Amino acid sequence: MGNGNVLELKGITKSFFGTTVLKDVNLSMNPGEIHALVGENGAGKSTLMNILFGMQVIFDTGGFDGQIVVGGQAVTIDSPRKAMELGIGMVHQEFMLIPGFTVSENIKLNREPTVRNVASRLFGPKLETLNEPLMQSDSKAALGKLAVSIDEMALVGTMPVGHMQFVEIAREIDKKNVRLLVFDEPTAVLTESEASLLLAAMKRLSSEGIAILFITHRLDEVMEVADNITILRDGEIVSRMPRSEAKLDRIAQLMVGRKIERPVLPPRKSEPSEKDVVLKVDNLKVDMPGERVRGLNLTVRRGEILGIGGLAGHGKVGIANGVIGMYPASGRVAKDGVQIPVNDPKRALLSGMAFVSEDRRGVGLLLDESIEMNIILTAMQVQGKFLKPGVLPNLRLEDRAAVREHALEVIRDLDIRCTGPAQLVRRLSGGNQQKVCLGRAFTMEPEVLWVSEPTRGIDVGAKQLVLDLLVKFNREHGMTIVMTSSELGELRKICDRIAIVYRGQIAGVLPPDASDVDFGLMMAGKSATLEEVS
Amino acid sequence: MSDESKADVRQYVRNAYEQLGLPRLIIIIFLLSLFAVAVIMRMDLAILVKDSITRIGMNGILVLAMLPTLACGVGLNFGLPVGVIAGLVGAVTSMNWGLKGFAGFAAAMAIAIPLAVIAGYLYAMLLERVQGQEMMVGTYVGFSLVSGMCMFWLLAPYRNPAMIFALGGKGLRTTITLDRTFGKVLNDFLGFSILDVYIPTGLLLFMGVFYVAIALFFKSKAGLAMRTVGSNPMYARSSGINVQGMRTLGVILSTVLAAIGILVYSQSYGFVQLYTAPLTAAFPAVASVLIGGASLRKATIGHALLGTVLFHTLLTIALPVTQTVLQGADISEIARMIMSNGMIIYALTRAERR
Repeated sequence: MGNGNVLELKGITKSFFGTTVLKDVNLSMNPGEIHALVGENGAGKSTLMNILFGMQVIFDTGGFDGQIVVGGQAVTIDSPRKAMELGIGMVHQEFMLIPGFTVSENIKLNREPTVRNVASRLFGPKLETLNEPLMQSDSKAALGKLAVSIDEMALVGTMPVGHMQFVEIAREIDKKNVRLLVFDEPTAVLTESEASLLLAAMKRLSSEGIAILFITHRLDEVMEVADNITILRDGEIVSRMPRSEAKLDRIAQLMVGRKIERPVLPPRKSEPSEKDVVLKVDNLKVDMPGERVRGLNLTVRRGEILGIGGLAGHGKVGIANGVIGMYPASGRVAKDGVQIPVNDPKRALLSGMAFVSEDRRGVGLLLDESIEMNIILTAMQVQGKFLKPGVLPNLRLEDRAAVREHALEVIRDLDIRCTGPAQLVRRLSGGNQQKVCLGRAFTMEPEVLWVSEPTRGIDVGAKQLVLDLLVKFNREHGMTIVMTSSELGELRKICDRIAIVYRGQIAGVLPPDASDVDFGLMMAGKSATLEEVS
Repeated sequence: MSDESKADVRQYVRNAYEQLGLPRLIIIIFLLSLFAVAVIMRMDLAILVKDSITRIGMNGILVLAMLPTLACGVGLNFGLPVGVIAGLVGAVTSMNWGLKGFAGFAAAMAIAIPLAVIAGYLYAMLLERVQGQEMMVGTYVGFSLVSGMCMFWLLAPYRNPAMIFALGGKGLRTTITLDRTFGKVLNDFLGFSILDVYIPTGLLLFMGVFYVAIALFFKSKAGLAMRTVGSNPMYARSSGINVQGMRTLGVILSTVLAAIGILVYSQSYGFVQLYTAPLTAAFPAVASVLIGGASLRKATIGHALLGTVLFHTLLTIALPVTQTVLQGADISEIARMIMSNGMIIYALTRAERR
């Protein structure tokens, strides 16, 4: 690659509070090149983009090391505006469009061509009239480049999602100096036909000399359009290859691959078996924004730890939320053969299930209440524990002594570091808050425990403690655990089986010691074994 | 005194200060200085104290009505007039039947409470549709209901000559005396005087019963569920609590307390005030509970009690004292407005957004 590079990143290194998230990342792009950047959740893709666009969060956390070179000149990008001036555009995953404006108004927003009028001569350029014919013809031209037929006068709010995506792109390419476009998971919300239209549009753009950085975890799309592929893992570039040399399974392996040391877990009295099913989920559909579940079937064996993995946005988090009734759901859930109604948290909890939410602060805790209140409240409300005897069940009083005794016990068993059971949960560290959430669930003495992202946002030491606790309760109390996690590594550490979710359905169930290739392919929607069969 | 016990005392004072908070400290100091002025001006302290105690008893339950809505996350119940009107309908109906004394008061309650439950339920249904703007909508629900009820007072088929306009013989009067029915039944029950100060025992007992009952309610299963809904609806849902049900219950409870509160207020005042009188019924109650230290996030029985005592003592004392000091210039009404509305603004702007 010569001096004709559009963009060159040299030795980008970034750490947040001592954790290195990007390590010596180099990347260069030629005009008209489609460069795919692939990696798991948390591989460092979004941090890299935040650096490229000069987002405030980077500077608030101490800046970064390394150099950005645009068009042969070293530049400092300290704001998204600066990135725009340099001709770097971004197509967002979530649309930044105003629903009540027309397509052309959205495309030209804040860059409207104007003509002078009487008022603007008197009071300044802010009062100039919009040049609407020009806005419309420019928009038409931009949309034309993408080869899509979208009416530039239509209101954005009334359009299908796929069209909004094109409006976003049109807005970026309408900027006259645009040299590089970043596509961040552009096909995540699109249907398959829309996605293929988008890929075609990307190719057209690249043929006009615009370089494209394509961030995705859909490997088949990468194979279709990318010229070069860079694989990022744990903040490091592990491999780079032209497409001609790339193979799907090789990329998958590189993306996921890391040595998993599976610790020797304590044995059970009897191993879970297919014959003893505790929970059966049929055709579950959950309407959870961003994590939709679309007709999923799942079988949970008594006494096992079942892992649910998959990439963000494919619905793995929606499963537990749907079964417990936090989001509107439909389908059949049967525990021990008895059907449990969906959309009714109370019945779900009464059936012997408990739930630790992925949204610890939003759903899992009462931040301004004491530790003991957080621990006992669900068990009190659902099972009527910790109440003094009384005539009217709903007016029975809280049994302070029993609450305090139980809270002290949980604090000791789960090793919650605090000043005492009356401390407010808000003041605890993330790891200890998570233990309170677990304590809340364990207090229910559930047969089946749903745990979502139990180690998200807590430090490394606490992560291990939380995993150990899950194993302990599984082994000592025979508690069946269904654990959802974005970290495949931790699923492989403690789970008996791992189900991978793709597009709202189970793509397959793998043993924890299955190969990286299998996991990688399955998460990307390409099941090696399935293909062999068909 | 050893260093250690000095440190203990300092810690104790600091804790007490933190518990109380700066605004309450200022108000207490202001209150004490008003008393000091009253002593210096040689005013009749016994009357001031007696009036204060009576006003506290009169308003206590109306202030208490703020707690259920605050607890369940609906916010301050600016729609208090909904309950107040239910109470007033109970009062005039009981009077129309000519019931006297405790029987009259009990009948008024017996009519008012079911009405308040129904009205509170409908009001809760409405609030459920405007989540996030309950306080704004509540204010206007109160205003419109009071105005709408003006027609009811005029047209309702009450025939007791003591209650209807003397001229024309139709429609209830704006102010109806309770002298011959249940006026002061609570105030005079077991009332006694000590150091020239009259203690309205029945009134204070009645108020006390409700405060204890509500305090116990918030320690019960349903009360804790209500508080949970207020502090984190998602946690509540994930604990199998019926979130909408609890919000509805909170609004109904508040409305019922408002109905009982206005009956207590009226019997002590000696008059029933109709037509536009309930228009601003919510504001003193809102100001009281806020002065007591409640916020949209946290409100306790203690806040309601302290707020009632501070706010109403202040109003009772400020009026005669300023009048004595300024010799006839009547700024008390203005001072009252500034204080109660200012307190509402202060507390609402300070409140953390959820």
